[in-house]
Amino acid sequence: MNTPVIKIRDLWFSFKDAPVLSGVNLTIHSGDFLAILGPNGGGKTTLLKLMLGLLKPDQGTVRVFDRPPGEVVHRIGYVPQDVGAKKTFPISVLDVVLMGRLRPGIGWSRYSSTDKSAVQDALEQMEMWELRSRRIEQLSGGQRQRVNIARALVDEPEIILLDEPTSSVDTKGQTDLYDLLEKLNETMTILVVSHDLSIISSYVKSVACVNRQVFFHDAPEVTADMLEMAYQCPVELIAHGLPHRVLEHHGDD
Amino acid sequence: MGCLIGFWNTMEMTDMLEALHFEFMRNALLTGLLASITCGIVGTFVVVNRLAFLSGGIAHAAYGGIGLAFFFGLPYTLTTLGFALFTSVVMAAVTLKARYRSDTIVGVLWALGMALGVILLDLAPGYNVDLMSFLFGSILTVSKLDLSMMFVLCSVIAFIVALLYNGLMAYSYDEQFAKVRGVSVTFLHFLLLAMIALSVVMIIRVVGLILVIALLTIAPYIAEGYSISLRKMIVISILLNSLFTLIGLWLSYTFNLTSGATIIMVAGSCFFLSLVLEGLRSKRGVESKRRN
Repeated sequence: MNTPVIKIRDLWFSFKDAPVLSGVNLTIHSGDFLAILGPNGGGKTTLLKLMLGLLKPDQGTVRVFDRPPGEVVHRIGYVPQDVGAKKTFPISVLDVVLMGRLRPGIGWSRYSSTDKSAVQDALEQMEMWELRSRRIEQLSGGQRQRVNIARALVDEPEIILLDEPTSSVDTKGQTDLYDLLEKLNETMTILVVSHDLSIISSYVKSVACVNRQVFFHDAPEVTADMLEMAYQCPVELIAHGLPHRVLEHHGDD
Repeated sequence: MGCLIGFWNTMEMTDMLEALHFEFMRNALLTGLLASITCGIVGTFVVVNRLAFLSGGIAHAAYGGIGLAFFFGLPYTLTTLGFALFTSVVMAAVTLKARYRSDTIVGVLWALGMALGVILLDLAPGYNVDLMSFLFGSILTVSKLDLSMMFVLCSVIAFIVALLYNGLMAYSYDEQFAKVRGVSVTFLHFLLLAMIALSVVMIIRVVGLILVIALLTIAPYIAEGYSISLRKMIVISILLNSLFTLIGLWLSYTFNLTSGATIIMVAGSCFFLSLVLEGLRSKRGVESKRRN
């Protein structure tokens, strides 16, 4: 938990004329398990896409392993939001995970036997190897999410970024998922975008609250300061129907 | 009733074999098969990427190219191809950022291309192209040259798709993820639209615009439900398209009907039949789940 892996300096980003992120500074260290929280439209996903190099900042810099994010694709695992529109796509679990071994370029690479055994390892780790020949639409939300995580893991990344991984998973599945992430955290840095604080509070090591600005707290709790500055965070909490958790946090503080 | 029996008597396989003695019929069959293969490959990507409307746009706008060719006295195929490729580049550019929110612009280009074609043909000296042949083509008048061009086109498309299969699949399934992996999704997007433009123009000439769109969408849509991979979907689409074309040609020969329209009627009937089967299948699935 000492070497910085992601460094964001004085970052500004806007869509057309609407500012999304203003003057963001954030340093993430290796071994961290960071929850990125905040209201919808607060810029969580935008921040993630900037770290992945999918978006370019208007101003400021993003460095991953001291490089521009586009140059270190094989060291970052990405679990996007559940792709709702493509659920009926004719593709097997195996082929989805193989995608995690794609090489940069126009896509003419062939998969080697090394790629295939890496896929087997990743699927076994996610306990999904038995379902490898299933079509993706035959899986439950939780199983699909495990496949997406296997796809992110298959190239042995050092950081894994997850965007709302529990949005289509039931409560039991959510607990399983976070147990799994906790285990992965022993060997890699984990960033989870979520607006569900209840489960995260018992797993994460640090929290970043995003609402145009980013407030980092090096402990698994939301401080009074953060609540004040990222005003809408507690509103989200209550909207999720978990008032007890909120009260507990106030007690901890 | 007697009339119906008369119909059935004429529908004998020997008729079709007899028909194969004519060169135009052999060419028509080969054309149909080549169109089936091309449309099965490209159509699979059209259907999984929800590009049916955009393909229709490119196909209709291609009429502008026909107008240009006749007005300026340019070679027909090359001009239409060039114009359709240009349209596909414009459409790729406007759909790149928001693939699902560009229907209006596609609609405008669609209409604009056709209007340009009609006006140029109005002004073109002493010649009038029949809009109907553009819409329905004439598979029975295909020349040897048309056939060989289609063969080349079909091979080129099959080759590109085989070569870039992994990239095209990743682009189609999860564009964001492919992009994060460093795959040039922008290139693949332009390439896919260019392949649509190529196949549409070459095939319009022989089977007409409406049949192209039917072959591009109907078979892949049916195939999607039965496929575990794009590869399998392509194979099933090609087989279905070939079946539609063969049955359609046979019926059109037997009953002396317009070939393109008959093929579409066969494909369309199979489409609704597949929907009914699909409905029965999912209903049975629900019942068996209930029993468990």
